[in-house]
Amino acid sequence: MRPTRAALELEAVTKVYGERPPVLALRGVTFSVRKGELVAIVGPSGSGKTTLLHVMGTLERPTGGTVRIDGVDIDRLDDRGLSALRARSIGFVFQQFFLAEHSTVLDNVADGLLYAGVEVRERRRRALAALERVGLADRASARPTQMSGGQRQRVAIARALVGRPAIVLADEPTGNLDSVTGASIIELLHELNAEGATIVVITHDAELAADLPRQVHVRDGRIVSDSAHDPDPDDRATPRTTGARVPVGAEQEDRS
Amino acid sequence: MTTLVPARLRPGDRARVASVGLRARRLRSALSALGIAIGTAAIVAVLGLSSSSQAGLLSEIDRLGTNLLTAESGQSFSGDAARLPPEAPARISRLTAVEQVADTATIATANVYRSPLIPPVSTNALKVRAADLNLLPVVATGVAQGRWLNSATATKPVVVLGAVAAQRLGIDRVRPGQRVWLGGQWFYVAGILRPAVLAPEIDTSALIGYPAAQRYLNYASIVHGTVTQGPPSTVYVRCRTDQVDAVHEVLARTADPESPNEVDVSRPSDALTARAAASGAFNSLFLGLGVVALIVGAVGVANIMIISVLERRSEIGLRRALGATRGQIRAQFLSEAIVLAFLGGAVGVAAGVLATAVYATTKHWAIVVPAEAWTGGIGSAILIGALAGLLPALRASRMAPTEALRTV
Ligand SMILES: Nc1ncnc2c1ncn2[C@@H]1O[C@H](COP(=O)(O)OP(=O)(O)OP(=O)(O)O)[C@@H](O)[C@H]1O
Ligand SMILES: [Mg+2]
Repeated sequence: MRPTRAALELEAVTKVYGERPPVLALRGVTFSVRKGELVAIVGPSGSGKTTLLHVMGTLERPTGGTVRIDGVDIDRLDDRGLSALRARSIGFVFQQFFLAEHSTVLDNVADGLLYAGVEVRERRRRALAALERVGLADRASARPTQMSGGQRQRVAIARALVGRPAIVLADEPTGNLDSVTGASIIELLHELNAEGATIVVITHDAELAADLPRQVHVRDGRIVSDSAHDPDPDDRATPRTTGARVPVGAEQEDRS
Repeated sequence: MTTLVPARLRPGDRARVASVGLRARRLRSALSALGIAIGTAAIVAVLGLSSSSQAGLLSEIDRLGTNLLTAESGQSFSGDAARLPPEAPARISRLTAVEQVADTATIATANVYRSPLIPPVSTNALKVRAADLNLLPVVATGVAQGRWLNSATATKPVVVLGAVAAQRLGIDRVRPGQRVWLGGQWFYVAGILRPAVLAPEIDTSALIGYPAAQRYLNYASIVHGTVTQGPPSTVYVRCRTDQVDAVHEVLARTADPESPNEVDVSRPSDALTARAAASGAFNSLFLGLGVVALIVGAVGVANIMIISVLERRSEIGLRRALGATRGQIRAQFLSEAIVLAFLGGAVGVAAGVLATAVYATTKHWAIVVPAEAWTGGIGSAILIGALAGLLPALRASRMAPTEALRTV
């Protein structure tokens, strides 16, 4: 029935913060990410990107709509179930890295498997492999404080990838980095995606997003364009120019 | 579809997670555990010291022997100092369980002075007593200097001074020709005794032989018309250890069958044992201080944990993002507080034991730290850690992951 199951599906997801006045951070978002995709979510500040990432990552429940991760409807899971889902299926990369200063780089990466119940030596073994993949195997015993911003972000990416999650969610992974370093991080994400990882990158930098195979544009809590559903296949090569023209209503047809 | 159940952390990982916060902020952790360390140290040291001093006293009593009984002439109804019958020692020594008997007689008519120039009222509360020659082993003391009386000197104006008596008379050494003014004449000092813990009345005595008492001080009794030495006022009785109670029972009747009520029988080691038991009581003040220190320590740990939870919001958010459940976050901070308090308690117990050991060694006591002291010290530290960590741990676990991640 489905040859490639979606890694992530959102259906009419809304998120409202607060009571008086209520803030509509997400106003009906529907889209899905197939396994093996590399997607950029682009939008101006305050458009709801981080909220979207938190909802996709099950760190926050939507006010309305459905979220499915790796085929599991998160509405059917309690807090423990969500935690287990995050431990198993989701990897996060944050703008602020969130590395433990007093642990080695290796242990920081190994912590990505801590709550998946992997034994410590196996954790470290896989962490070393992940560090090797991001080009930092030689710095395994260093402290994060001894590393540059770009290196720290690589460590954070290695931590997100070490458990081979169904989906990796990155919130402004280049936000704290200069443009050259940021480009190298995007390059790395490209490579990792080519090796099979499913990655969603949030960024407000349209230029960086343009390098990625699919862009989803967000504004005021709505998807305003999605290059995956561009009617003209020729435009896929230059999605940025066409993205803004896709009507919001078109999103509703997506995958339903 | 597989059901999603969070993986349980292995014990090693739990320990690792519980100690990250402490390892990251060592100095702060050490300082916050200090209160608990001081509290448990105070409690353990107080309990240890009182037990050790008790043990020291009890072993001293054991060494002196718990099988000594004394039969003393009490007050008669007329109020005069009653006397024991002259034949009382002989009758007592006929009891089968009795091993040794020695007696002394207080000679109320005589006093001892450094010299005849001392006013008669300055008696220094010293007593002149006639003593049996075998007194010393019975009351478990010995000669510190000089010699004890023998059958020759017991008939001469020769005196042996108790430890306190020598001190009060200003005689610290036995020199040839050393004399004291006793009952209106010079007596030569033959020796000075060591303190007699079981019979402190000996310490304040000037001891002379019974024949000397009869000859120089006219202290005698008349039995069947003949003048003989005598009458004793205190009989010291050593008996078989397992028969002490039985001898105690019959001692007054044996000493004076006609008026047993006028005989006071006592067991000196009982008074000492009671004193040993009481020596634990004065420490309640220090125990109270220890408890106060523990409470202050608990507040310190709770305070540091609350600050720590606020500071480590992003760590909490990250852990939740990595898949930690609320329960695992709660357990992390609770066990961190417990580990902190436990370390404080362990250091405190070690310090308390060390203090006890040092003090007890200088006093030559056995080092006794009651099991309740250190188990109680560590146990209460753990309990305090659990109580102090509960609220911060609940706070940490209730924090929404996004709230924890958004505030950097
Ligand atoms: N916890 C919250 N309570 C109330 N309002 C919130 C909360 N979190 C986010 N918002 C609001 O929701 C909207 C979307 O915020 P969000 O952080 O998702 O934006 P963003 O696209 O990530 O912006 P930026 O690019 O600046 O990070 C904003 O208007 C924000 O003020
Ligand atoms: Mg954001």
